[in-house]
Amino acid sequence: MSQKTKIIEREEVVIRFSGDSGDGMQLTGTQFSDTSALFGNDVATFPDYPAEIRAPQGTVGGVSGFQLHFGHQEIYTPGDYADVLVAMNPAALKANLKWVKASGTIIVNEDSFTDKNLEKAGYESDPLLDDKLADYNLIKAKVTSLTRECLKDSGLDQKSILRCKNMFTLGMVYWMFDRPLDHSEDFIEKKFKKYPLVVDANKKVLKAGYNFAKTIEALPYNYSVAPAKIRKGTYRNITGNKATAWGLMAAAERANLELFCGSYPITPATEILQELAARKDLGVKTFQAEDEIAGICTAIGASFAGDFAVTTTSGPGLALKTEAAGLAVMTELPLVIVNVQRGGPSTGLPTKTEQSDLLQAIHGRSGECPMPVIAASTPSDCFHYAFEASRIALEHMTPVILLTDGFIANGAEPWRIPTMSELPEIVAPIAKEGDDFLPYAREEKRLSRRWAIPGTKGLEHRIGGLEKIDGVGTVSYVPENHQVMSDIRKKRVELVADNIPELKVKGKDDADVLVVGWGGTYGHLTTAVRELQKEEKSISLAHFNYIFPLPKNTAEVLGRYKKIIVCELNDGQFAEYLRSTFQDIKFEQHNKLMGLPFTVVELKERFNQLLEEK
Amino acid sequence: MADTVLNSPNIKKLSAKDFRSDQENRWCPGCGDHGILNSVQKAMADMDFKKEDYAVISGIGCSSRFPYYMDTYGFHTIHGRAAAIASGAKCANPDLEVIQVSGDGDALAIGGNHFIHAVRRNIDMTILLFNNEIYGLTKGQYSPTSNHGMVTKTSPFGTIEEPFKPSQLAMGAGSKFYARSLDTNIKLTTEIVKAASDHKGTSIVEVLQNCVIYNDGAHSIITDKATKEDYTVIIEHGKPMIFGKEKNKGLIMGGNGKLVVVTIGEHGITEEDVLVHDAHTEDPHMHWLLSSMMAPEYPVALGVIRDVDSTSYDEKMVQQIEDIKAISSIKSMDDLLNSGDTWVVD
Repeated sequence: MSQKTKIIEREEVVIRFSGDSGDGMQLTGTQFSDTSALFGNDVATFPDYPAEIRAPQGTVGGVSGFQLHFGHQEIYTPGDYADVLVAMNPAALKANLKWVKASGTIIVNEDSFTDKNLEKAGYESDPLLDDKLADYNLIKAKVTSLTRECLKDSGLDQKSILRCKNMFTLGMVYWMFDRPLDHSEDFIEKKFKKYPLVVDANKKVLKAGYNFAKTIEALPYNYSVAPAKIRKGTYRNITGNKATAWGLMAAAERANLELFCGSYPITPATEILQELAARKDLGVKTFQAEDEIAGICTAIGASFAGDFAVTTTSGPGLALKTEAAGLAVMTELPLVIVNVQRGGPSTGLPTKTEQSDLLQAIHGRSGECPMPVIAASTPSDCFHYAFEASRIALEHMTPVILLTDGFIANGAEPWRIPTMSELPEIVAPIAKEGDDFLPYAREEKRLSRRWAIPGTKGLEHRIGGLEKIDGVGTVSYVPENHQVMSDIRKKRVELVADNIPELKVKGKDDADVLVVGWGGTYGHLTTAVRELQKEEKSISLAHFNYIFPLPKNTAEVLGRYKKIIVCELNDGQFAEYLRSTFQDIKFEQHNKLMGLPFTVVELKERFNQLLEEK
Repeated sequence: MADTVLNSPNIKKLSAKDFRSDQENRWCPGCGDHGILNSVQKAMADMDFKKEDYAVISGIGCSSRFPYYMDTYGFHTIHGRAAAIASGAKCANPDLEVIQVSGDGDALAIGGNHFIHAVRRNIDMTILLFNNEIYGLTKGQYSPTSNHGMVTKTSPFGTIEEPFKPSQLAMGAGSKFYARSLDTNIKLTTEIVKAASDHKGTSIVEVLQNCVIYNDGAHSIITDKATKEDYTVIIEHGKPMIFGKEKNKGLIMGGNGKLVVVTIGEHGITEEDVLVHDAHTEDPHMHWLLSSMMAPEYPVALGVIRDVDSTSYDEKMVQQIEDIKAISSIKSMDDLLNSGDTWVVD
C-alpha cells in the first residue's frame, strides 16, 4: 500500500472532521475510528454536533464535528487539540481552527470557499488566500468538483453524487495514516446493500480520495501509529449510551428478570431508549411514554408488577421525574434512573456536556428522600456502572440514579467484551407464595423489604406514597413512626456502602496534591495526572464512581493529603458535597461551565500552579 | 385465565367479602364512593380471575383511597399518574387484571395527559373515573368537570371555564369502550365493571358520584326518585332506547343530525321508530351523541355506550417480542455482546 517517501512513527494522533451537519462528518469520523481500532490502536472519540438537525447551511452554528484520538499507548480522552483538521466549508474552518495544534495539518474543501460561504461563516477575506494559515500545513482539495468528476458517469443524480464527498476526505486521511480501505468498503456494501449504484459510487470516491492524497503527496511524510499494547480479549467499539443500555440488559439477564424501560426521548439520552427498543429479541419491553413523568411512572408500575424497570433521561427530564422518584423511595421499589447530563439550566445546551445535575441527583426531591447515586466515567465503563446501578437497585430494593454525561454518552472507545458468566448474579429479595409476608417487614443486613409481586397467591398487599407503619405497612400519621421510617430510609442508603468497592488512589499515598474527580472527567484527569507523574510531580488522583453513599474509606483517603483539588464540570457541586460531609478537610476547586470537557493542558497548568504554591 | 376459580372444583367461589380489606374506611358517611366500592367488589367476586391477579391502582384524591379498602394487590400512587403507573404494571405482567381508579381532578386535570394516552394506546385495563365535579380531598375547589359558573372556594364568583365531558375526551382519544353509571345504582355499576373487564383494551367507566360535603346533589336530577326515570336512559346493545316513568319515551334521529326525544303513541311514533343501540359499531358518531346528552333537554345515558372489539397494546407488545425473538439470531446477551464488528487482541 505504501509508496510513501517517509514514514514517521507517532505515539498518538488527533483528527477532527468538521462540516455542515448534513456533510456526513459523524459517519466519516466513525469509519476512521473503527478502522483504527481494528488496526489495533487504542481509540477515543467524541462527536460534537449542533442541537439543530439541519442548522442553516454554511453557518458556524451548523457545524458538526467528530474528533478522534488514536494511539500506540492507552488513550483516555479524545484529545485536546487536533493534528489534522478536515474542514468541509469555511464555517467549519472558522469554528475549529482554534482546536488545531500549531503547525498542524488542515484539509479544506476548496470548492466551498465561495464568497457566499465566506460571508455566511463571517470571514471578511478568504483565509485560503491571505497569510492567516501560513503556520499550518494547508491542503487545498477541490473535494466537490473531484467527487463530481469521479461520478459523472455513475448514473446518480447531483444530490446523491454530492453526498459521497465525505468519502473523498476519508480516503485522503486513510492515505495519510496508512490505513487500509477494506473495513470502510465492507461498511459501504452493507449500508447501501439495496442500492448498488450508491455502493459503487461511495467506494469509487473513497479510492479517489486515497489516490488523490497519494498523487499530490498530501504530506511530505506519512504518519504511522503502531497498534497499542492492549489486554488480550475480544474487543469492540462502544459508545457510552450503548454501553449503558447493554449494562441494564446484562443486569436483567443476571437477575433473571424481564427488563422494562419507560422513557421519553431527550438529548443526549435518547440512544439508550433506541438501543433498548431494538432489543425485542432479548425480550426488552420499551415504552415510549407521553412525557418524562409517564416515563418514570410506567417504570414504577412495571417494578411494582415484577419487572426490572428503568427510565432514562437528561437533566430537565430528571427534574420532571422528581415527584415519582419520591414515590419509588417511599414504596421501596427497585428502579434505575439514568441521567445523561447536559449543559443546563433549563433547555440549556442540549448537545453539550456538563456535570451540573449532581446535587439534583443527591438531593432534588421533596421530603427527606435519600437515594443511591453512582456515576460512570468512560464510554465503555457505562456498561459496568449501569450493571452496578441495577445490582444495587435490585439487591437493596431502592431507586438508584446513574449519572453519565453527554461527553461519555456520545464518545466511543474500544471495549474488551466481557462474558456474561464473568458478571455476578443479582438476587432480588422476592417473596414467594406461602412466605410469611408483611409489606414493610425488613431483612436485617440491608433493611430492605421484600418484593411481593402481583400474581403471587396470598401476598396481596397495598403500597403507596403515604407514610406507612413499619412492618405491617398500613397508612400511618403517627409522629414517632414517621421518625422511625425516615431513619430507616436514611440507613438503607448508608448500608449500600457495605456493598460497593473502596476508593482507590492512582499514585502515592503521600503526594503533595490529590486531584479529586467524579464521573465523565476521568479520562482528562487521568491523562493530566499521569503526565505530571511522569514528570516526577508529587500528585495523585482519587476518582469517584460511587457518589452517594461514598465509599467507606473516603474520609481516610482524603485525610492523607494536604492539598486536595476537586475538578468538575459545574460550579463546585461535588466539592460542596464533600465539604458538608468532611468538614475538617479543605478542598480547592477547578471548575468549568463551557459545555466542553476539560483539556489536559488546562488541568496540568492548574495542577502545576497548585504544586508550586506553598 | 378462565381456568381458575369457576372451573376448579376445589376452590370455593369468592364473594364480595373476600375483597374487603381490614383497613378502616375513611370516606365520609353518605359518600358515593361506598356504593362504588360495593359494586366493584361484587363484580370481582363474579368474575373468573384469581384474587391475586387483580391489581388496583389509583392516583390521589378521595376516590384514590380505593385500593386500601380492597384485599387485592393495590397501589395508591401520586396525583394524576395512576394511568401511567397502571400502564407499566400491565405491560410488565399482562396476566394481571388491572383496575385503575381516579377522580375527575386526578384523571382529567393533573393526569389528563396520561388519561388520553392510555386510551390512545389501548392498554388492557379498566379505568374507573369517579366524577363528582368537585375537588373533595382539598375541600371544595372546582374541577375540570364542574359546570360553567359554579361557585366554589376557588371560584367565589363562579367559574369562567367550560367543563370537559369525560366521554368526549375518551372518544376523542380513540376510546373503544366507554360506559357510564351512577354510584347509587349498584346493580348497573356491577354489570358495567364486568363488561369493562371483559373488554380487551382500555375501558373507561365514568361513575357519576355524589360528594355529600362539597357538591351534594350534583347529579340529583338523575338520582331523585321523582325525576330519575324521566332523565336517564339505560341503554343496552341491541335494545331500543326507551325510558321514562311510563316507559313511553324514546330516542330517534332528527333531520338535523341531532337526537330527538319522542313519546311513543304521539304523532304516530311507534316502538319500531325508536333507535336500537349498537355499542359495537366502530363509528363513534352515535356514541358521541348518546354520551353527550344532558338533562333536562335529554335523558342522561347510562350503561355501556361503546364497546368495540380491538387488540390491546399489551397483546401487540407481547406479539411483537415473540415475532422478533423468532427471527433474530441474537438469543442471549453473550450473542449481543459479540455481534457486529469485533476484533481479537492476542
